[in-house]
Amino acid sequence: MAPITTFHYLVVAAALFVLGVIGVLTRRNVVIVLMSIELILNAVNLNLVAFSRLWGLQGQVFSIFVITDAAAEAAVGLGILIAFFRNKETVNVDEVDLLKW
Amino acid sequence: MQPVATTFFFYLLSGLALLGGVLVITRKNAVHSALALILTLLALAGLYLMLYAPFVAGVQIILYAGGIMVLFLFVIMLVNLERSQKEEQFNKQWVIGTVAAVVTGILFVLVFVKSKELPNLVREHVAQLPEQSNTQQIAVFLYGNYMFTFEIASLLLLVAMIGAVVMAKKRI
Repeated sequence: MAPITTFHYLVVAAALFVLGVIGVLTRRNVVIVLMSIELILNAVNLNLVAFSRLWGLQGQVFSIFVITDAAAEAAVGLGILIAFFRNKETVNVDEVDLLKW
Repeated sequence: MQPVATTFFFYLLSGLALLGGVLVITRKNAVHSALALILTLLALAGLYLMLYAPFVAGVQIILYAGGIMVLFLFVIMLVNLERSQKEEQFNKQWVIGTVAAVVTGILFVLVFVKSKELPNLVREHVAQLPEQSNTQQIAVFLYGNYMFTFEIASLLLLVAMIGAVVMAKKRI
């Protein structure tokens, strides 16, 4: 088998990113859409850490900030979800249409 | 210390991560998706360990798998998802969404293949970073060059905390 290079990690990160984007675009459940966004952020983190082995530790420092950001965004997103659920009793993205004409 | 069985562990961990990713986007039950995402996060922590990033791996397990996913599970329990399990799971535009996402992924891989950096990316013997001093070196970066970013991140967390509490309250 070929030795594992940085390119292998980048392909895995791209595949995870694609899975996350498919989840965001195709699912109707808001909770699963939020989880797909976390999948996208993890793909980005893998990319950063793979490159940090080549180019210095800045990639790992950046990925720590990305994890912090993901925590903040998940908390606020889930708070919004709870507030919306209290009003409409549904977690369907198609029903988030209060601003539609 | 020399790495052992790198190929086997890489394919095992990345296979688990991708399997978890596929399970996240296809399960009907949101709790199953959350557990699959935890599997992905733990497999990614293993991959970070293989990339000589023990601190990021530890932060990933403690914060992401142990904090954010627990938050997700709490909210899934608060929000009653019984009715949404019986509804249609994928929306009407799933074909064009999947095609667009796959094209984007191929575009990403092509960016690397066509770039001038490709010889560096496919080089086999990359320098092994020292593992013992990884945390110390990250601390030197965090509290040295990136001190401002660090403070901004803590401010962001404060704002997010206030926002989440205000959003989830019954009466403001």
